[in-house]
Amino acid sequence: MTNPALATLLQQPAGRLDMLPYAALLDLSFERVGGELQLVMPFDETLIGSPGRLHGGAISGLLELAGLLTVIAAQPAGEALPRVRPVTVTVDFMREGAGQEMRASASITKLGRRVVNVHAQAWQGSRDKPTAAAHINFVLDWPVVDPGVSPTP
Amino acid sequence: MTSFADQVAQFMGPFVGRVPHNKRLGLRFIASGDKWVELQLPYAPHLLVDPDHGIWASGPIITLMDTCVGMASMLARGAFEPHATLDLRTDYVRSPKPEATVTARGECYRMTRQIAFVRGLAHDGDPADPIAHVAGTFMFAASKLAGGWQ
Repeated sequence: MTNPALATLLQQPAGRLDMLPYAALLDLSFERVGGELQLVMPFDETLIGSPGRLHGGAISGLLELAGLLTVIAAQPAGEALPRVRPVTVTVDFMREGAGQEMRASASITKLGRRVVNVHAQAWQGSRDKPTAAAHINFVLDWPVVDPGVSPTP
Repeated sequence: MTSFADQVAQFMGPFVGRVPHNKRLGLRFIASGDKWVELQLPYAPHLLVDPDHGIWASGPIITLMDTCVGMASMLARGAFEPHATLDLRTDYVRSPKPEATVTARGECYRMTRQIAFVRGLAHDGDPADPIAHVAGTFMFAASKLAGGWQ
């Protein structure tokens, strides 16, 4: 992702994520809750995996997007944005995903210029009872700067 | 007499399409053996995270792989018992080509009383040049899990 419009959107207190087609498929929106970026996935029949439960893949997709957007929101303002891509993703499933709204947020363990280590968690109702959590390592690909062009002051 | 693997092969085609989230993504059954399953996810615009650059979201690849190795564990179990993913690790070796069909092959390489150990890979045409590798575990605990695969 190298979308400046997305970085700008994430500065808002809340919004929908329809500019990412897969996020639109999951019907995702975001809210800033006490400074933390939370993704909201409303329940929908199309999220079902085995009967009455959310598909683990949809939960994983939510966790990854929480990680991705948290990394994009943490990039310094005014700089050209890197392309952020997950390289390894490990998801632990603690509870079954019930047929109700799910939220996810992510915290950055280490914000490097090349690699960002992230922990994401998803819950329903009580945050103390996580449904799933993911450890994600993102790699950042920075746009190549043309040496003939002097940087903006 | 039909083997469990044959029953599963007959049952799985329509089954994969009936799972609502799989249906939403467009996932389809290709083939299966005694402990392995092959599924496909054809390109669709709603699978992308970055439409400007044609970059796939990784969530659909995880959904494909989770479904694939989950079915492989059911095959290895030899029965339609409820089971849940305990953990799943995905290594993204490279991005799929922009409008490729992604093929997943998953196998259960070890089954214990409660745990199925699985692995799999995804490719976009050449299994020797994969997109992603996965390794994971599934837990069989019929009494503790609601729902089921019927």
